[in-house]
Amino acid sequence: MTVLVARNLVKTFGALRACDGVSLDLHRGEIHAVIGPNGAGKSTLIAQLCGSLAPDSGTVSLLGEDVTGLPVAARARRGLARTFQVSALAMEDTVLANAMLGSLGAQGRPWRFFWPVMRDRALREAAEQALERVGLADHAATRTADLSHGQRRQLEVAIALTMAPKAFVMDEPMAGLGAEGSKTLTGFLDTLRAEAPILLVEHDMDAVFALADRISVLVAGKIIATGTTTEIRANAEVRRAYLGEEA
Amino acid sequence: MRGMLVGAMLLAGLVAFPIWAQAADEPFLITLATRAVILALAAVGLNLALGQGGLVSLGHAAFFGIGGYAMGILASHAQSYAPLMEWPFVIEGTRSMPVIWLVAVLASALAALGIGALSLRTTGVYFIMITLAFGQMLYYFAISWTAYGGEDGLSIYVRNGFPGLNTLVPIEFYGLCLVILLVVLAFHAALIRSPFGLALNAARQSPERVRTVGIDTRRLQLAAFVLSGAITGLAGALFADLNRFVSPSMLSWQMSGEIMIFVILGGAGRLFGPVAGAIMFVALEHLLGGVSDYWHVFLGILLLLVVLFVRGGVIGLLAGARR
Ligand SMILES: Nc1ncnc2c1ncn2[C@@H]1O[C@H](COP(=O)(O)OP(=O)(O)O)[C@@H](O)[C@H]1O
Ligand SMILES: [Mg+2]
Repeated sequence: MTVLVARNLVKTFGALRACDGVSLDLHRGEIHAVIGPNGAGKSTLIAQLCGSLAPDSGTVSLLGEDVTGLPVAARARRGLARTFQVSALAMEDTVLANAMLGSLGAQGRPWRFFWPVMRDRALREAAEQALERVGLADHAATRTADLSHGQRRQLEVAIALTMAPKAFVMDEPMAGLGAEGSKTLTGFLDTLRAEAPILLVEHDMDAVFALADRISVLVAGKIIATGTTTEIRANAEVRRAYLGEEA
Repeated sequence: MRGMLVGAMLLAGLVAFPIWAQAADEPFLITLATRAVILALAAVGLNLALGQGGLVSLGHAAFFGIGGYAMGILASHAQSYAPLMEWPFVIEGTRSMPVIWLVAVLASALAALGIGALSLRTTGVYFIMITLAFGQMLYYFAISWTAYGGEDGLSIYVRNGFPGLNTLVPIEFYGLCLVILLVVLAFHAALIRSPFGLALNAARQSPERVRTVGIDTRRLQLAAFVLSGAITGLAGALFADLNRFVSPSMLSWQMSGEIMIFVILGGAGRLFGPVAGAIMFVALEHLLGGVSDYWHVFLGILLLLVVLFVRGGVIGLLAGARR
């Protein structure tokens, strides 16, 4: 079954066609990697999938429902979890508070004004569990601003986990993690696809080829190829345009 | 923890000072303290929008003034025995503080709902400008509203009443205002720790993050703005009752600026920040205003020092950074 579908997405910034008729599917149980050089339009694509940018034309559907006109929060409530290329976190708050924000959103009702949020068992357990899974349990009480760059990436993933989403959309989660961190996260994402499929934008080719069921190659706003890892490796056009090899 | 200690000392001072002033037979100082407490309440209201929500409203005098006019209008009708409205049903004026407060809170909340819904379509400097513009609109409206005094404002001969108290006795009215401030501070403290507070604070720091977990940040901020306006409106009703007078100056942009100064001087986002800020302002105004007509210059310098060198205002200085 197809969880997330993009059809003919076009997004222009002035004269620049950052997204030029992109179509893409994410199937249940898979990791679908999107690769492409810097400036190819990967983040722009993700922003349209998640609702923070409106496409000039084209549609996005989630679990069979057309969500093109829906704002970010509404798509998230329908089960779309996103991690950012540049961490978007409440830096003054603790790591636990950030993770609880995810479970708060998933539970759907921040409209409670009196009961201390930290004493909400259900919220807290969901958040602590997610921190445990990404290896941040020991940092629950740390101020988020004091986390290392890599730990912030882990927290982004933890927040996404607390939402128990139907699909993950991750923008370069390995960036800046270092070899060890990348390996750990690769192992983790490998198990995660059973819970919900992942649309993975990533520069780390080792991770991509280790994880992806399918790969789409985005160059200058266009998808020039989609296929299994073997197909993509063998594709001459991809090698020329992106993998930087002589054909 | 140190924040709580500083807060407790501040509150102890607010209890002890008027008792001392009473013993020393200085009723004027009690009135001065009442002024500080009421302005603190107005600033606690703004702190909810500004400190917790990150909404830099330069139009909070609108709510302060609406609260003030709610008092002025209701009490002036009670004074003249002329009903406010006779059709389709009769609405009489009133001298009862609880009724006046209720009207002030509802009216300013409603105004905040309208102003907030429109202003929150924008962010940053546009938000500041739109809230300022709404404040100015109400200001000029009040000036031209001759039925209620226009430019000259409205005087009330006798302070409104509260069951079981003689509100004309300075220390009794002071006590009433202080209790209201404490109740609102308790509400604010609970709010900061609540699920709503968590989401609101996160939305100030990273709105995109909050939307991404499925929470509509604009509704969150609108709710904060309405609560904020309602609190400042309640303060406005008390302020008008303190002075037995309401005029368009309560709606002026200078008033908005002063409320913001209390918050920033004391420490935006800190529970006791606005209280410390308002007390300092009133104390400086009293001490320096007598010495020099240019006391605002000193205030300006102080504000500059605080903004440049002290993160978290005076409370930040005394109690250390927020955890
Ligand atoms: N808000 C914007 N306004 C103008 N140009 C933009 C904007 N966002 C992205 N771009 C441009 O669109 C292109 C694609 O950017 P992006 O999607 O971030 O690429 P990638 O994530 O693949 O590195 C780049 O040339 C970038 O400069
Ligand atoms: Mg990018």
